[in-house]
Amino acid sequence: MSPPEILVEMREVCTSLGGHWVHQNINLQVERGNLLALVGGSGAGKTTLLREMIGLQATTLGEVRLFGEGLNDGHRAARAARRRRVGFLFQQGALYSALTLFDNIAFPLREVGGLLEDEIRTLVLSKLELVELKPQHASLMPAQLSGGMIKRAALARALALEPELLLLDEPTAGLDPDRSAGFVELIRGLHASLGLTVVFVTHDLDTLSALANRVAVLAERRILAVGDLNGIRSVEHPFIQNFFRYRAAVNELPEE
Amino acid sequence: MPEQPPAERPMQTFQSPQIQFDGRQCVLTGDWILAALKPRLIRLRAWLLLHGKSTETWNLTQVRHIDTFGALILWRAWGQKPPDILLLGPQHESAFQRVRSVAGQVFPPERIDWLLPIVSIGNAALGLGSHLLDFARMLGMIVVEAARLFIEPRSIPLKEFSAALYKTGAQAMPISALVGFLIGIVLSYLSALQLRNFGADALIINILGVGIIRELGPVLVSILVAGRSGSAITAQLGVMRVTEEIDALAAMGVSVHQRLVWPKVLAMAIAMPLLVLWTSVAALAGGMLAAQMQLEIDWRFFMLSLPHVVPVQNLYIGAAKGVIFGVAIALIASHFGLRIRPNTESLSRNTTSSVVAAITAVILLDAVFAMLTRGIGVPLR
Ligand SMILES: Nc1ncnc2c1ncn2[C@@H]1O[C@H](COP(=O)(O)OP(=O)(O)OP(=O)(O)O)[C@@H](O)[C@H]1O
Ligand SMILES: [Mg+2]
Repeated sequence: MSPPEILVEMREVCTSLGGHWVHQNINLQVERGNLLALVGGSGAGKTTLLREMIGLQATTLGEVRLFGEGLNDGHRAARAARRRRVGFLFQQGALYSALTLFDNIAFPLREVGGLLEDEIRTLVLSKLELVELKPQHASLMPAQLSGGMIKRAALARALALEPELLLLDEPTAGLDPDRSAGFVELIRGLHASLGLTVVFVTHDLDTLSALANRVAVLAERRILAVGDLNGIRSVEHPFIQNFFRYRAAVNELPEE
Repeated sequence: MPEQPPAERPMQTFQSPQIQFDGRQCVLTGDWILAALKPRLIRLRAWLLLHGKSTETWNLTQVRHIDTFGALILWRAWGQKPPDILLLGPQHESAFQRVRSVAGQVFPPERIDWLLPIVSIGNAALGLGSHLLDFARMLGMIVVEAARLFIEPRSIPLKEFSAALYKTGAQAMPISALVGFLIGIVLSYLSALQLRNFGADALIINILGVGIIRELGPVLVSILVAGRSGSAITAQLGVMRVTEEIDALAAMGVSVHQRLVWPKVLAMAIAMPLLVLWTSVAALAGGMLAAQMQLEIDWRFFMLSLPHVVPVQNLYIGAAKGVIFGVAIALIASHFGLRIRPNTESLSRNTTSSVVAAITAVILLDAVFAMLTRGIGVPLR
């Protein structure tokens, strides 16, 4: 078998924001088929790292390669096409506040051009169904959605073009446990059927253990460890040990 | 599709979708995903329209990837139902599953409201009413908050006030001086051409003096400030609404009117007359320069005779206009800012309305002023 295809490659990435080093010498590779969980303390620079992967934010030093190409390679059209292969779920949703939910999800589809309105409607319906939103929600404005609905709507929009690579910033924050589990199922299903590669930031250990097939720990400005969950848990580092200590706290609740 | 794709971007990682058709059976190969289908969409649609429903056997086992769009376009070609014989790999079933599961669903139909024309006329009228009501309510709140500040001087928003004073007043000085100076030159130059015909050269001082101090200065500054600070006030309040900062203030028991509106109104009331004065001086300086060059009126003579030909009441009127116009602009800008709904569309619409309304209001007020003060400060000979 040929070596795994590398979708994202970060080489010696350093980032300085507001006079502080957020990242120093980060090396990270995301292979096709990965369900890579990016964990780290609040403010560790996870969002920043995700943004750097698709060039929303420039690295101070180092190189980022997406789908085997530099972020600025090629002409404008080629760069746009490359971006379209990636879906990005922003931490705060970032829905277009002037557009309805329907138009938000239809937006990337319309950008492609050449799709019939009827097809767009069906595709939006199927995306709404994926994230368990109802068709009657489609005419709501983002300001009229609940926090969890915003998250799911933003996910539907990120999935609209069925990208090869999905970058999710805290996808299950703000979802009830049932929906979190549903979300994990959804991503797993897409992973199986579309061969989706996912990089997701999460603080939720249940999501982490249910979804990730690889985990990267970001702390002390660098990637402390990358590997499968069991491998990571056995790493002797105070941050990692602390992080996983709280797992299964619910199971240990004293019974009434 | 018999067509070979042109050698496209080298980065292409998908296999182009193909159809092999032998009259009875369609064999599909390649990637049936949106990005791969897009360049061939028109041709593909035409082909599917022709053969989609009439072909009985579809073999999709050699397809590499298929996404919802790929499944959808086939599904529609088959007439919203699977063909008689469909050979499908298990890994591709989910895409069709997704299409099939939404097949019956529709968005709730948009109700057609036949009363809409009448309702929209009514809404326009009510809209005016709601503007007036909101405005009155805001005025009331400002008065109440001002009264409360007397009882509780500790919560006077001094910082906000001084920041507003600096932003609306001090920072507007360069631009208003420049505009005033240039307008002064133009006005003086054009008047001079006419006055010279009548040999009434010295009248330029009267014209410029009364015109600028009483009329042009206040209106000019108001328009500048409405565009500059009025829009800024509206946009700030609007963004604070979009980002829920207004709600955060309310949740902390801080009155928006007291903390955001009141200081701006007061700052404008103080900054505007000063700006009017400043701009009038700049405009007179420009006029003086042009008069010197065009009519050879000595600037010292200009300065000395100005107080004699322009009654001092004009200065008071100019300053009073500054106060009134400034308050009007701040109130209107805040009013529109507070009406913004939490979306960017509403933000931009209200910001535009705010500036237009403020400028219109200033000109209306100016007309009222002109009527009320028609006997004051105009030397009649
Ligand atoms: N534009 C900026 N200017 C200066 N500092 C910034 C900027 N953006 C982010 N930072 C800093 O960079 C660090 C990393 O931010 P980032 O948003 O990536 O954290 P995070 O890991 O996503 O945290 P969280 O889990 O809370 O979302 C933070 O300390 C933040 O203060
Ligand atoms: Mg973050």
